[in-house]
Amino acid sequence: MKKDRLQADLEGLVKKWKSKKGNLIMILHSIENIYGYVPRDTSLKLSRLLDVPLARIYEVITFYNYFKLEPPGKHNVSVCMGTACYLRDASSLIEEVEKILHIKEGQTTKDSMFHFDVVRCLGCCGLAPVMMIDEKVYGKVKKNEVADILSKYVKEEE
Amino acid sequence: MYKMIEAKINGITVEVKEGTTVMEAAKKVQIKIPTLCKHPDLPPSAACGLCIVKVKGSNKMFRACCTPIEDKMEITTNDPDIVEVRKTVLELILSNHPNDCLKCGRNSNCELQSMASDFGIREDVFKKFLRDIPQDSTTGTIVLDPTKCILCGRCIEVCQKGQDVWALSFLQRGMDTRISPAGDIKLSESPCVKCGQCSAHCPTGAIFEKDDTRLVWEALKNADKYCVIQIAPAVRVAIGEAFGVVGKNLTKKLYALFRRMGFKAVFDTNFGADVTIMEEAGEFVERLLHNKGELPLITSCCPAWVDFMEKFHSDMINHFSTCKSPHEIVGTLSKTYYAEKNGIDPAKIYMVSIMPCTAKKYEITRSGEMFASGFQDIDVTITTRELSRMIKQAGIDFLNLPDEEADGLLGEYSGAGVIFGATGGVMEAALRTAYNIVTGKELEDVNFIKTRGLESIKEAEIDIKGTKIRIAVAHGLSHVEEVLNRVRQAKKEGKELPYHFIEVMACPGGCVGGGGQPYNVTDALRLKRSSAIYQDDKDKELRCSHKNPYVKKLYKDFLGKPLGEKSHKLCHTEYKARPIYIR
Repeated sequence: MKKDRLQADLEGLVKKWKSKKGNLIMILHSIENIYGYVPRDTSLKLSRLLDVPLARIYEVITFYNYFKLEPPGKHNVSVCMGTACYLRDASSLIEEVEKILHIKEGQTTKDSMFHFDVVRCLGCCGLAPVMMIDEKVYGKVKKNEVADILSKYVKEEE
Repeated sequence: MYKMIEAKINGITVEVKEGTTVMEAAKKVQIKIPTLCKHPDLPPSAACGLCIVKVKGSNKMFRACCTPIEDKMEITTNDPDIVEVRKTVLELILSNHPNDCLKCGRNSNCELQSMASDFGIREDVFKKFLRDIPQDSTTGTIVLDPTKCILCGRCIEVCQKGQDVWALSFLQRGMDTRISPAGDIKLSESPCVKCGQCSAHCPTGAIFEKDDTRLVWEALKNADKYCVIQIAPAVRVAIGEAFGVVGKNLTKKLYALFRRMGFKAVFDTNFGADVTIMEEAGEFVERLLHNKGELPLITSCCPAWVDFMEKFHSDMINHFSTCKSPHEIVGTLSKTYYAEKNGIDPAKIYMVSIMPCTAKKYEITRSGEMFASGFQDIDVTITTRELSRMIKQAGIDFLNLPDEEADGLLGEYSGAGVIFGATGGVMEAALRTAYNIVTGKELEDVNFIKTRGLESIKEAEIDIKGTKIRIAVAHGLSHVEEVLNRVRQAKKEGKELPYHFIEVMACPGGCVGGGGQPYNVTDALRLKRSSAIYQDDKDKELRCSHKNPYVKKLYKDFLGKPLGEKSHKLCHTEYKARPIYIR
C-alpha cells in the first residue's frame, strides 16, 4: 500500500520538477521528507523517469548527510560524541549500543525497532555522557545501564 | 585564429595557444610536472595536488593541470619549497594507502609507487588510516580493490563520460569517499560491461585485471591436456612495450615463444577474423540485397559492446550480426575442425587465448553458444598484461627469439584479419569481401582510408556496383548513442536509413587501446600500435579474407558454405536484453 503511494508520489514529484534545474536534489528531499529515507527501488524508478544514471543519484544521496538509504527505526537512538561526552567515555556507550542492537552507527535493526546515530553535542554537556532516544534525554549514562534503557522501549511494544 | 600567449616557465620562454594549461605548456619545454590524477586522455580533475607550481606575484601555489597559462606569467615548477610541499602531499596520499607493493597487481608498474620512489619516501610520516573495504572480483574480469584507491577520479571519468556506462561512482565524502557501483552492490550486479578501461587508466592497484595465469601454467603442466593458443591482432603490436619496444609487430616471435612455453599448436585469432568476415560480409549482403534481416547491420566482435548493447540498447538486437567474435570462432574450430583433422580427442584440448581485452574473459562463458563444440570453446583468456608477466616468469629472452610461423590450419591470416585490431578495421575487412560477393570481382584498391584513424565517429559512402553503401564507425562507447539515435530517428520517421553498416568498438582506438593492454596509453601510442597493424596488412600478399587459402580449405573440408547449417551452429550466436542493474 505504502509502495503504491510512493509510486504515485514519485510520478507527481517528477512531473513537478522535471523541467527545472537542480531537480534531482529537490525530488530526493521530498522523498526523504515523506518516507524518512530513499528506498533503492525508488531511486531506480527515478533514474528511469529523469534519465539520470543511478550512480549519479547515489553520489548525491551519499554525499549529503540528510539523505538516508535505510528506513528509519521506530525509535531513534543517538549517542553524543561532542567534546564533553567524548571525554567522559561516550565511546563505550557506542560500543554497548552496537553490541546490543547488532548494528553499526547509521544503521537500523532488522526489525526496524531502532535506528542508531552518533551525533555531535546535544546541548546538555553538564549531563555527559548523554544518549537520547526519540525526544528523551538520558544523562550521565553508564555503560551497564544501556541495556536497561533500551529494553524499556522493547517492553513498551509488547 | 587562436590568441598566442608568451610566458616563462623556470626562466624558459614558451609560446602557446590561449587556454593551454601550465602543465601542457611546461611539457613543450621539456619540463615534467608530477601528477597522479591527470591522464593525457582525460580532462584535469585537480584531485591529487602534486602538480602545484608557483606563479610570480602570487603567494598561493597553483595546480598546473587545471591552471590556464596567462600572458607574461612567470612560473616556477621546481624549487625546494615546491619539492617539500609535493612530498607532504605524497605522504598524505600514502597515509591512506597500504604498504602492500610486493603483493600488488601493479607492483613495478604503479604510478604511485614510482612517485614514492622519485621522492625518496622512506617512512610513514603520518599515521596510517586505511579503509577496510573488501575486493570485488565478481565480474571475473577485473578486480576492484578500493583500499588502494587514491581518489584520483580517472576510472570514474572513463566509466561515466568516456564509456557512458556509469558502473562506477564516488560514494560518500571526505575520509569516507570510495569508488563503488551505486549502493552496496557488486560490480557484477551493476551496469559494468567489463571493458577494463578503468583498469587501464588507474594509477595504482585499485583496479586491475583478474589474473588467470596460474590456470595456464597448470594446464601446461598437465600431461593429459593438449594445450593450444591463439593471439588477438592488437596483442602483437603492444606486447613489446613491456620489454621496451614500442609500435613493433612481434607476431613471429610470439609464435616461437608459445612453442617454447609448451603449447602443442599455435593459432592466430586473425584466422578467426577472416572466418568472421566470410560470415559477416555474407550476412551483410543477404540483408542488403535479399532483405533477409534488418539494416543497418551492426558488428558484434567486441564483447564489451555486446554487453553494453544488451543492457542499454536492446531494441537494436535485430541489427546485430549474429556472427561470433574471431576469438570464439578459433576456439570452436580448435575443438571440432582441428581435433577432427588431427585425430585429437577434443576433450583434451585446452584453448588459451591472449587478448588485449578484459571483457573477453567474460565472453568465453557469455551464453550457451560459447560451448558450441560440446566443450567450453575457450578454456581461459589472459590479457596482454598477464602475458607479459608470463614471459618474464618463463625466463625467455623474448625479443631475441627466432621467428616462427603459426600452425596453418587455424593460423594463416590475410591482411583483412589483422586490421580487426584497430578501429574501423572490421568494417574495412568486411567491405573488401562484401564487394567481392556482390560484384564477383576484386577491388583494385583494398584500402578504405576513411574508416581509419582516431576520429570518434567516422562516416563514409562506398559504391558497390552502383549501390551506395553508407557506413559509420564508432569507438569509445559514449559515441555510440549518437549513431544509434540517427538510425532510430530515421526508422521512426520512415525515412531512408542513415547507414547500411555500423562498426562499434568499446575501447578508444579499438582493440589496440583495449582495457587489457600495457599501461600509459595515449592517442599517440594508439596510433603507433595501429600503424604497426596497418603495416602488417600492407605487407601481406593476400589482403582479403575470402582469398585466404586456409579459409577456403575450412569451408571446403568442414563448414560447407558461409551461413550454412554447420557454420550457423558453430560460428553464430544469439543476444538477449539484460537488466542494467540486477538489484
